Amino acid sequence: MKLNWRSQTGRARLYQVLAVGLVALLVGWLVNNTLVNMEARGIQSGFDFLFQSAGFFIGESPIPYDSDNPYWMAFLVGLLNTVRVAVVGIVLCTLLGTLIGIGRVSNNALARGLCTAYTEAFRNVPVLLQLLMWYILMVEWMPDPETPAHLGEWVYFSKMGLQLAIPTLTDQAPFLAWSLPKWVEGEWQGGLTLTPEFFATTLGLTLYTAAFVAEVVRGGIQSVSRGQREAAMSLSLSTWQTTRLVILPQAMRVIVPPLTNQYLNLTKNSSLAVAIGYPDLVNIATTSLNQTGRAVECIAVIMAVYLFLSLLTSAIMNAYNRKVAIQER
Amino acid sequence: MSAPFVPIPPRPAPRGSQGWMAWMRQQLFGSPVDSAITVLLLAALMMFLPQFLDWAWLQAVFARNADQCQAARGLGACWGVVGEKYRLIIFGRYPFDEQWRPLVATLVMLAMLVISCIRYCWSKHLITAWVLTLLVFFGLMSGSVLGISLGLTPVASDQWGGLPLTLMLATLSIVMAFPLAILIALGRRSPMPAIRTLCITFVELVRGVPLISVLFMASFMFPLLMPSGTNPDVLLRVIVGITLFAAAYLAEIVRGGLQAIPQGQYEAAATLGLSYWQTQIRVILPQALAHVVPGIMNNFIAIFKDTSLVSIVSLYELSGSMKLAIEGDANWRPFKIEAYLFITLIYFVFCFAMSRYSLWVERQLARGHAR
Repeated sequence: MKLNWRSQTGRARLYQVLAVGLVALLVGWLVNNTLVNMEARGIQSGFDFLFQSAGFFIGESPIPYDSDNPYWMAFLVGLLNTVRVAVVGIVLCTLLGTLIGIGRVSNNALARGLCTAYTEAFRNVPVLLQLLMWYILMVEWMPDPETPAHLGEWVYFSKMGLQLAIPTLTDQAPFLAWSLPKWVEGEWQGGLTLTPEFFATTLGLTLYTAAFVAEVVRGGIQSVSRGQREAAMSLSLSTWQTTRLVILPQAMRVIVPPLTNQYLNLTKNSSLAVAIGYPDLVNIATTSLNQTGRAVECIAVIMAVYLFLSLLTSAIMNAYNRKVAIQER
Repeated sequence: MSAPFVPIPPRPAPRGSQGWMAWMRQQLFGSPVDSAITVLLLAALMMFLPQFLDWAWLQAVFARNADQCQAARGLGACWGVVGEKYRLIIFGRYPFDEQWRPLVATLVMLAMLVISCIRYCWSKHLITAWVLTLLVFFGLMSGSVLGISLGLTPVASDQWGGLPLTLMLATLSIVMAFPLAILIALGRRSPMPAIRTLCITFVELVRGVPLISVLFMASFMFPLLMPSGTNPDVLLRVIVGITLFAAAYLAEIVRGGLQAIPQGQYEAAATLGLSYWQTQIRVILPQALAHVVPGIMNNFIAIFKDTSLVSIVSLYELSGSMKLAIEGDANWRPFKIEAYLFITLIYFVFCFAMSRYSLWVERQLARGHAR
């Protein structure tokens, strides 16, 4: 094929071949370096280590796990812990952020002022510092587990985290009973325990992301023109009807895409839990990395999982976005 | 003969619509629901604010005395920890006697940042000034410029820390990420499929993973990726990591601006016989970037905050040096929260200033559209 300098398509073809060639050379060089280095240092490679016994203990796990289990189980525990924080955080930050976003456009000057102060304060401080501060407050300032703050026998709050009563199935009528948390000889028994690490991570991520969600919600509400509200009022819709039937459907179109970004940020920021020792995926992967020395594989696992979570979240939110997006003929 | 027209002076507004009483009635007690919200919020404030003031000010210890702080522990804050440790927090492990150097370097850098924000100074000389500033900064910090010793004690980069490091990481990553981001954004909108695919892959890959994993990669995997024998400085590796990360996000923002430019602008430029790069640099980018100033500034703020993550891969920037300062000293270790609040304030001042500046730039640029 003859290259024609004077034709734009001809030049475009040349540029593309050059670009792809350069990238391929760069990648090849990096891979080659890695292989040479790994051989020189005697580093083994491959994912076979996933089936070896992990040999480390994980502080909290939603599924049964002990240190004899293989590495892939440890990674699974880490993934579940990450998902747990992300899901709880996304739900809570949406609720709180919506409330604060509405507060920022409220008629009430006090509510407006407080909500503005909240967003400015939480948005402008690194989330890592916030997580660390909540964790310190949690483990150093909260009451001792011997003398916890409590709501009756249902909720206990102490340095050891939050203990909640949960309903459990029993084999006797009425088949449903409350499992109440109890402090027995140095540990909590029964009920549901939220560890201080989980509590601090979720609280920190929720409060930080809520500030951004509030800005998104405020932007959405302000994007609906005044005339819409006035038109709704002239149709004698009530305030609640106006909000639900006129303002929200239009605001949602503006809100959903940036909200998706905030959810993705929250999920990715949950990796900072490693700084306070919450056993999330990054924490488990770095422990495994230090034990096995397989840096490439462990970091590949982290990246693949987060990539998958990000794509999953954006797929769900895109489906929702299609539902709220403007329906044109 | 008609009498000249004398308008009747306007009647004063009803007394009920003026003054603080009316303001309160309107803004705080407009409706029963509003009143209920106001009362609830006031009650909450009355509950927490006095407690906080009591802790942060009335019962607080301002003296640099660990025993007094111990005595007031749990009752009042110990701000003495800031007075005692501020040099270690702000300059990290930099040799104590040489700390005037990071101080001067930071001030020069800050001055340059402020100058770059003033519209009057926006010119080509700014680039020269920045190159000089960076030379001065690195010269002062390390003791030599481009291999030429300045007669100062050399200080290795693993001893740099605190605020100078935070500023340097943020500024360098932003400066390097910006041109890269523009190239990637242009590539993503290019009609050439191979280049477009490369750019999309890079952006989506990087945006899908957390920064901490990129930093882990920079600190654990980078040595493996380089030819054996070379071992690039950890600082350099981290800067490369943050730059690539920031560039992916910035590229998406720039792309948003590019999409807002109507096709007619490209056609008009083509009619004038401008080449691709002339079109982009003289016609498209100035308009596109002006559209996305808020997004770019938000990204800058995000990078500034994200530099705190390098403390996880053991570089002692502001938050890392704070931990180093407090955790190394058993006397002051119980007063971590106060030290945290101190650096929180530093971060807040920088980020808040940047967000206000972004609002100002937005207004400046909107002037062209206002009629």
